Formats: sequence, structure tokens, C-alpha cells
Amino acid sequence: MADFADPELVQLLTPEGERIEHPDYRFDGDDETIAGFYRDLVLSRRIDTEATALQRHGELGIWASLLGQEASQIGSGRALAPQDFVFPTYREHGVAWCRGLDPAALLHLFRGVDQSGWDPAAYNFGLYTIVIGAQTLHATGYAMGVQLDDAVGTGEQGRDTAVVAYFGDGATSQGDVNEAFVWASVTNAPVVFFCQNNQWAISEPTTRQTRVPLYQRAAGFGFPGVRVDGNDVLAVHAVTTEALQRAREGSGPSLIEAYTYRMGAHTTTDDPTRYRHSDEVERWKLRDPIERVRAYLRRVHAVDDAFFDDVDAEAEALGERLRTECRQLPDPDPAKLFDLVYAEQTPELAAQRDELAEWLATEVA
Amino acid sequence: MTTMTMAKALNSGLRRAMENDDKVVLMGEDIGRLGGVFRITDGLQKDFGENKVIDTPLAESGIVGTAVGMALRGYRPVVEIQFDGFVYPAYDQIVSQVAKFRYRSGGRQAMPIVIRIPYGGGIGAVEHHSESPEAQFVHTAGLKVVSCSNPADAYWMVQQAIACDDPVVFLEPKRLYHSAKGDVDVDEPPAPLFASRVIRPGTTATVLAYGPSVSIAMGAASAGEADGLDLEVIDLRTLSPFDLEPVYESVRRTGRAVVVHEAHRTLGTGAEIAARITEDCFYSLEAPVLRVTGYDTPYPPSRVEETYLPDLDRVLDAVDRSLGW
Repeated sequence: MADFADPELVQLLTPEGERIEHPDYRFDGDDETIAGFYRDLVLSRRIDTEATALQRHGELGIWASLLGQEASQIGSGRALAPQDFVFPTYREHGVAWCRGLDPAALLHLFRGVDQSGWDPAAYNFGLYTIVIGAQTLHATGYAMGVQLDDAVGTGEQGRDTAVVAYFGDGATSQGDVNEAFVWASVTNAPVVFFCQNNQWAISEPTTRQTRVPLYQRAAGFGFPGVRVDGNDVLAVHAVTTEALQRAREGSGPSLIEAYTYRMGAHTTTDDPTRYRHSDEVERWKLRDPIERVRAYLRRVHAVDDAFFDDVDAEAEALGERLRTECRQLPDPDPAKLFDLVYAEQTPELAAQRDELAEWLATEVA
Repeated sequence: MTTMTMAKALNSGLRRAMENDDKVVLMGEDIGRLGGVFRITDGLQKDFGENKVIDTPLAESGIVGTAVGMALRGYRPVVEIQFDGFVYPAYDQIVSQVAKFRYRSGGRQAMPIVIRIPYGGGIGAVEHHSESPEAQFVHTAGLKVVSCSNPADAYWMVQQAIACDDPVVFLEPKRLYHSAKGDVDVDEPPAPLFASRVIRPGTTATVLAYGPSVSIAMGAASAGEADGLDLEVIDLRTLSPFDLEPVYESVRRTGRAVVVHEAHRTLGTGAEIAARITEDCFYSLEAPVLRVTGYDTPYPPSRVEETYLPDLDRVLDAVDRSLGW
């Protein structure tokens, strides 16, 4: 399997915080943009550590941590245009942050007060999808709709639309993902398949999913694939920007394999010490996506110390707000849930709703 | 009033739905130039274009999964599953995604998808081509399930299903596609989509059927006349939600009910209907609610399918048993 010595791996910022050139990809942003990425990275990590802590305190039933994958999510999330549409898994908290979602909305699902917590149409950010890979087909169908709407290849900025499907390395074994690849390819749909290869599908390593590097799969389906250092926010941004542009201009789908690492457990119910060695985790710590941006900003004196202090203070405030708001999330009214099943209510459900309401009233009395 | 086959009625209904709403998109295997293996979409691609009548890759999960995305983009996809037995590869997308999207989105996201399935036996097909999976979909919260039994209903129900903001599993009795001919009034919608209908009034017993079993029930009613039986026949038309008020009204008069369907007996729709009738009409019943169904075996080889399928004699035998109680 690939490692960081892999010549195919697109990297623009080394773990030591040095900018490097790549023949095909370039990050066009300035240092102010990079400082903005740093803030995003720190805040998305803070959302994650707070949610993990909330789960440990019994406030969330479960949490799927993004720890270690911040650069993949912020780099790609910040490459999106407002009209682009995202189909996430259940771990895309950093992408959600980039789409402007209130992080507290992410907690609804995991606290068990709702199945989602936001309006997908308001943020162009779909529902978290638990069934592995199902959303790649939704993204492809949505992208076909984009084509029908003539919102591809017009050259009009703000009109041309790309769709992004996020998924993990484990999902690449699913039939749905392979069907989505076929569909997107033969319809030339404007969809970017963004695979965060975090090396582990719960306890199964990537070697249990594939015998070839995942990005090479794309060739067999007839569209380009690229492997990017998923812990390098600049490289991810550059690669995603190009793939999105390709989709928007009508050149069809592409696959991005963001080569990264899940530093924590699959979810808070998981115990990764049972299936992976600590030296592997230690090795990846040296490639921390936040540290390398901090090193770069310090190296070029793009920001002063007060900047880092401010971001840290902002992160602390965000954590505290999440903590408070999580505990205040109200339980849903059971009777109302009956009204969410159908657009046109059925007599059966209406009767069951009334039956429950009557029963609950009896209990209170 | 025009006389047409059920196949032509469905074709005309789809055409009219597409003419009325440019968000209607048809998707499925072979539905374009070929017009579908049953020719239900014949000529539609020619008139509405390859972008609106989409020949898909050969993958059922993909057909339904991409339809979900289309619906999220504001379209009203109508997907054709080529045969009932091929719907299972799409089962996850139907049950976990299509059915639950509105609920999962807190009621914010409509999922106006119609999943058309040619279903049921009686055409001498090989295995996987004669299944009756309706109970699996009726048991899934979030889906609506209907079945037509005549050309007029086929014409209107498919349009009503497309106009519905909820996902509808639309079961088309394939053995009636070309054998059922009837008058279609294209100006007068017959009934709401989710309503059952008394199609033959009677007093001796109530026979309940839907889709392909309606003609069996009607045949039994005609044959029973000679023996002095006056059977009331109800075409259920909708299985999710059930419209059982007309059934209760009927059973309270006749005191007897026989449910007919091709699908397996155990935990089939007949079991649910029997339970509901028992709950609501217990004091009116002169006999237990009886079922005439397919057996709990996989669909058999076609040379013996006539033994497997409910027929006129089995329906009349059930009526006799009910009367003998």
C-alpha cells in the first residue's frame, strides 16, 4: 500500500510546514486564506473533542470522530461553491462546518433527539448517511438532475454546479459505490467522489477492501482518480478545486482518494487498541494536519502569537457553547413524529398517533 | 371513452403525466428504444427524449438510489423495475432511503418517487419473474403501496401516484397487461388513489382482492351465482394505507370475509386484513376471516403455477367453508 513516499501522492505542504511544488496542482490562496484554514481546522477539531467528551459524559449516545481527518474535510469543504451540493457520511463534521451548519445541529442525531437537525436544502448539505455508500448513488442522481437543469458547462459562475459524495475506504467495497461509479461515468454526471481513506473500516484495514490503490479504481470506470495527502489542507484544497471545476464545466466525474488516518476510534463504541498497533498511531501523529499549518504560518510569520491565542480562545468558547446547547436540546414530542412519515397522512398513522396520545395522557393522570 | 389494454392505459397515463409536469422523469432498464420488456413505455423516449426517459445501467440499487438524488433535486422519478424478482437488489435503497427520507429529514424532504413493478404470476415465466413482494413493502413505514386491476384504474392510478408527494410502490399485475381490456374515461378520474372500492355488491359473503386476484374473485362471484351465492367483491386497490372502512361496512352486512392474494400466506397482507376485521367487526362475524393465497413455498416451476395460484374453485371452497361455520 502507499505511504508518504508514494510519488503519486499529491502534497503541497510537508509535515514540517514547508510549501513544495507539484507539477499538476497548485494552491492559489494567500497566507490569509491559509490562516483561515488553520482556524477551521482547530475549530472542527474542537467540535469533535467536545462531542467525544459529551459522549463520555453520557450526553450523546454515540459519536463518530473526525480526529486526524480535519484537513481532508476543511480542504475539500472550503473548495465548494455555494451552489454545490454535498452528500456526507456520518463523519463529515468539518465539511458541515464549512457549509455553515451550526455544530449543535450535528448533535441531534447522536443525542437521539432527531434523525438529522438541519434542512439539507438550506445548506446544500445532505443528511448524514449511516448505511455505507448509499449516498454515492443519491449524489449521482442529484448530479443527473443538475444536468437536466442545464446547470453544467454554461460557464456561468454561480450556476454551474458540482456534487460531492463523501465516503470511506470501506465503502469502496459496497455495490452501491461501484454502481454510482458506473452511473456517473456513463452519464458524465458532475459528481466528485471524495474517498477519505482513513485506513480502517472499524477493525478492517484497507487491505481487506482492495488489492490496488483506491484512486486507481477510477480508471476502470473511465474517469480520473487522484491520491492526495489527506493531512495536507492545501493539497486537498487544490485537488478538490480542480475536480469540482472539472465537474462544473461538464467534464464529468472524478475520484479523489484523500490518504489520511483516523486517529481515534471508528465511533465511541469502538476500541482500536484491539486491532491496531500504537506505533502506527504514533507515526501518524507526526503528520498532524493542524501542526503542519501552524508550522507553516510560524515559519513565514504570516500571523502573530495573538492569532493562535485568539483561535484557541474561540475554540474554547465554541466547546463551551456546544456543551451547554447539547444539554438543552429538547426531546421530541412523540405524537409529532407520526406527522413526519408521509406528506399525506394516512388514517392508520393518525389513529395510532391518537392512540398514543391517549395512552400518554392516561399515564400522566 | 376509449377501450384499451392495461399496458396501453399505463403507457397513456405515463405520457399524460409527463405532458403535465416536466419534472417527471422515467428511469429503468430497456425502457427507451425498446419501450420496456412489456412495452409499457413504448414511444415515450422518442417523444420526450433520452434525458427524460432514461435507459439505465443494469443495476437495480442504482436505479432507485439515483432516483433518490433526482427527487432531492426536485424531480419526480418514475422507475421501472423490470420484474418483481429483481427488486430485491434495490431493497436497501427502497427501505432504508426512499421510505425513510421524509422522516429522517424531520419532514423537510419529500420523496416523490414511483417504483413501478410488474408483479405476480400466471405468465409461465422462469423463476424470479413471478413474485408477489407486496407485504415486504406494506410492512415498511414510509412507503405507500397500490395495485391496479383494470385499464381505467391503471391509467389514473399511475398519474395519481406520480402526483403524490410520498413514495409509491406501484404494483402492475403483469398477466393483465395485455389480457385486461376495458373502457378508460380520460376525463373522469375514477376515485382517489388510496381508496378501495366495492366492484360487485352482494349479500352472502365479502371477497377481498387486489391486482391480479380481482379477476379471480369476480370469476368466483359469477360462478357462484349458479349455486345461489351472492358474493360482494371489493377491489382493495391500496395496500398501504389500507382503506378498510368499505370492507368493515360490507363485512358487518355479510358477516363473512374471504381475502384472496397470490403472495405467501404467513404474515401476508391477508393476515393483517383478517386481524383488522376481527378487531373492528368481531360481533358481526359469523365465521373466521379466511384466506386464499399462494403457499409458503418459493414461487414454483411454471408448469405447476396454476396449482399454486388462487383460482376460482379455491375461492368458492373458502366461501363454502365460511358458510359452513
